[in-house]
Amino acid sequence: MAFEENPDLYRKEWRWQEGDLTVTRTCHWSAPGCHDSCGVLLYTDKDGKLVKIEGDPNQTYNNGTLCMRCLNMVEAVNHPDRLKYPLKRAGERGENKWERISWDEALDIIEENVRRIQKEYGPESIVGMMGTGRNCNWAVPLITYAGFGSPNFALGFLAGDSCMLPRAAISAAVMGDLTVVDASQFRPDRYDNPEYHRPDYIFMVGNNALKSNGDGFLGHWIVELMKRGTKLIVCDPQLTWFAAKAEIWLQIRPGTDGALALSMINVIVGEDLYDHDYVDKWCYGFDQLVESVKDWSPEEASKVTWIPADDIRKAARLFAQGNPSAIQWGVAVDMNVNGIPQAHAWIAMNAICGNIEKPGGNIVARDAYGMVLSYPYGYDQYVPAEMQAKRIGLDFSPLHRFAAGAATAHGDSLLQTIETGKPYPIKMIWFQSTNPIANMAGEAPRVYDAINKMDFVVVVDVFMTPTAVAFADVVLPAAMSCERNSIRGWWTPSRAITKCSSYYEAKSDEDIVVAVCSRLNPENFKPRSDIDLLDEAIENGFDDPPFTYAELTEMVDSWPERPYFMHEKGLLRSDGQPGFNTPTGRIELYSLVLEALGDPALPYYEEPPESPYSTPELAEEYPLVLTTGHRSYEFFHSEHRQQPTMREFHPWPLVEMHPETAKKYGVKDGDWVWIENTRGRCRQVVHETETMDPRVVNAEHGWWFPEQEAAEPSLYGVFDSNINNLTNQCVTGPTGYGAPYKSQLCKVYKCTEENSAVMPSKQVTELGGFPYERIQYSEDAVHANTNEEFLGGRKYVY
Amino acid sequence: MSTKEYGLFINFDYCTGCHTCEIACKKEHDLPEGQWGIKVMQDGPRQNADGTWDYTYLPLPTSLCDLCADRVSEGRLPTCVHHCQARVMAFDTYDELAKLLPSSPRSVIYAVK
Repeated sequence: MAFEENPDLYRKEWRWQEGDLTVTRTCHWSAPGCHDSCGVLLYTDKDGKLVKIEGDPNQTYNNGTLCMRCLNMVEAVNHPDRLKYPLKRAGERGENKWERISWDEALDIIEENVRRIQKEYGPESIVGMMGTGRNCNWAVPLITYAGFGSPNFALGFLAGDSCMLPRAAISAAVMGDLTVVDASQFRPDRYDNPEYHRPDYIFMVGNNALKSNGDGFLGHWIVELMKRGTKLIVCDPQLTWFAAKAEIWLQIRPGTDGALALSMINVIVGEDLYDHDYVDKWCYGFDQLVESVKDWSPEEASKVTWIPADDIRKAARLFAQGNPSAIQWGVAVDMNVNGIPQAHAWIAMNAICGNIEKPGGNIVARDAYGMVLSYPYGYDQYVPAEMQAKRIGLDFSPLHRFAAGAATAHGDSLLQTIETGKPYPIKMIWFQSTNPIANMAGEAPRVYDAINKMDFVVVVDVFMTPTAVAFADVVLPAAMSCERNSIRGWWTPSRAITKCSSYYEAKSDEDIVVAVCSRLNPENFKPRSDIDLLDEAIENGFDDPPFTYAELTEMVDSWPERPYFMHEKGLLRSDGQPGFNTPTGRIELYSLVLEALGDPALPYYEEPPESPYSTPELAEEYPLVLTTGHRSYEFFHSEHRQQPTMREFHPWPLVEMHPETAKKYGVKDGDWVWIENTRGRCRQVVHETETMDPRVVNAEHGWWFPEQEAAEPSLYGVFDSNINNLTNQCVTGPTGYGAPYKSQLCKVYKCTEENSAVMPSKQVTELGGFPYERIQYSEDAVHANTNEEFLGGRKYVY
Repeated sequence: MSTKEYGLFINFDYCTGCHTCEIACKKEHDLPEGQWGIKVMQDGPRQNADGTWDYTYLPLPTSLCDLCADRVSEGRLPTCVHHCQARVMAFDTYDELAKLLPSSPRSVIYAVK
């Protein structure tokens, strides 16, 4: 007898009873965080405590599967160290002394400080910050815009705003939209959909999707495509599992992907492998593109990228012969000073091969029903035009004015504004779901100094963090995903996130928005509950979402119609005409928007600012190329370190290097080593692996140690293993986007008792940081408030 | 339901080593630190003479694995099979699992208990 599942256990309604347990069929998204929103079955007991989680086999987004982080949800949600009540600082900053207060008292303190700063300095002196894409993607902007009346919402001091925003901005500029690999994820029947065709080739660059699952894309979808015949071309400095399975693996020198892109285009046009019909109909500036790549023969690119020329040729030919092929790109594209032109080049390569909007190619990704629950939410509704003009960095980075998804204050400019007080002082930061000194902030010790200059700091999070201990005047406890009513609006489908539990006095991001905004802006801010807020968000959707929040809860998900070839059908432009949403209606290989903004209109390559070639003298002392920020299965950036099960799998921060490299520097697997460059040092544990080039090391990010002392100088050891002691700020591309997180120089040496006497956390919190000169943008670039010439005489709304 | 005639099929050609089976098992059976009901083994990465790579993961049920007898008796799949992100695992009778082999090179069937 074959095994058959019991259908009563996996129902399609949203809630049912199983014995003593209530089962809620819903979707998960932050906290704990990730970029996805998988279908889950949450089991709660009669006291409302989460006791079990299981993947929902009826949700075709994840087909019942789950990753480590959801499977460890019960441990995360019921963790004894979670923040339970609002707290007020009782000692000095950094002493970790707190007094429990009520939400009303907390709101009183917040209101008093916000009113004072608004009056003395203006609303623009208050900044709202979050980390990477989480379920507060729209909550923190809304608090910033509606609550504080400030235009300055920013990502936690991420240099060059280099996480998806560069790709989003350049995509909006040259294509009108962002595209993603079509793994059938926008169709409920998935791979079996009769219109769907799997890609012939997927070219992977700048991410290992199995671990990163970035941008609303589950990496394991690619495994499903491989089973159905898709082949891989993988560009990665390290041999990943995908790379080992690929038709060809391009082991690239970190930071040089832009040169590879130009060279692959050189091969594709030089060997006449492009889609003439698609170029004629849908691309603009082909001749200029051809001209711009003419010097990038595979032999030239090989010198820069360290990839054999014939491998570049082979990769380009394979990609061009796919019908279609698709590009799975990731955050490493953004994390270079040439992130914008590199992303432009990949778009151009994809476009001339005719892959955009084909089934199984790269297809336009929009939020379901036009519910844009992200960074721009509430910007126009609550921030008047004269206040919008004060957004930090607009003058330096006019591209920030353009891209719809990118209504952020420019991170590096904001840091420099705090340091210089120009063009105006910054006095308060509201951190919600971001822990920048543990993760994300380039040049973390410098950011530590900057945040310490604030008059008033609020931290909203699920655990006490280094950022909260170091700076917070008020700490607010945030609810986790199973404790909130919310909507997942990022791409498709619309998914309900349904509250089935609660934790002490923790409030959901939605409830915090309502509490803060109705206190600070009672006249204009109308929602009076999380459900009001969600129903208003649904009404604000451009495409009339066919449900209320209550109805979506019962539906669990809702999939809008999503035809292919949208550009041919007039579905992409607001005027209803065929084409892409650009000035020419075509994909702009030569960008009129970049030209108007005074930025280079064609893709180009620029050597990383620190490299064996651009700074050969520096490379004599720091001979290794350092790349950072790769993901692990256990952690999402700085999250999850307090979960014992995750630490069992992954106890310490790892720096990966080739056995030859380890031998050369006298270290071995398991040794603690210092990783050092001109800006500072941190220590991690050696992992020897032949998957690395001997000239490159790969260090982890996001590490802090919740088990260590909270108070300064320790701060949970946040600077001890922090790779962002070595990265930098105010070193970006000319657009302001893209910072070199992925390509620094460093040296490594073994930790000894003598050379470990002063740990980095003490160095930063007590001894004034590491001694070196901090790079600044030129003053003209930062506070020339409206430079019409720089804008090319053209005005764009965000 | 007795699981005596039942086994575990794994197509290790597509196992990504994502640890889902390991942690799902730990949570289902409340296994303490250092205890495992299934463990992911790794071979490689190793370059072959022809330039190709072997980089293979293969989950191995331990002596603690009971094929999730309680779950199975309720009509659920073993939790590793249910949650496997690469969807390379199957639970069924030996006869049914054997039918998967011809179309799944680089696969195994485990007899567990």
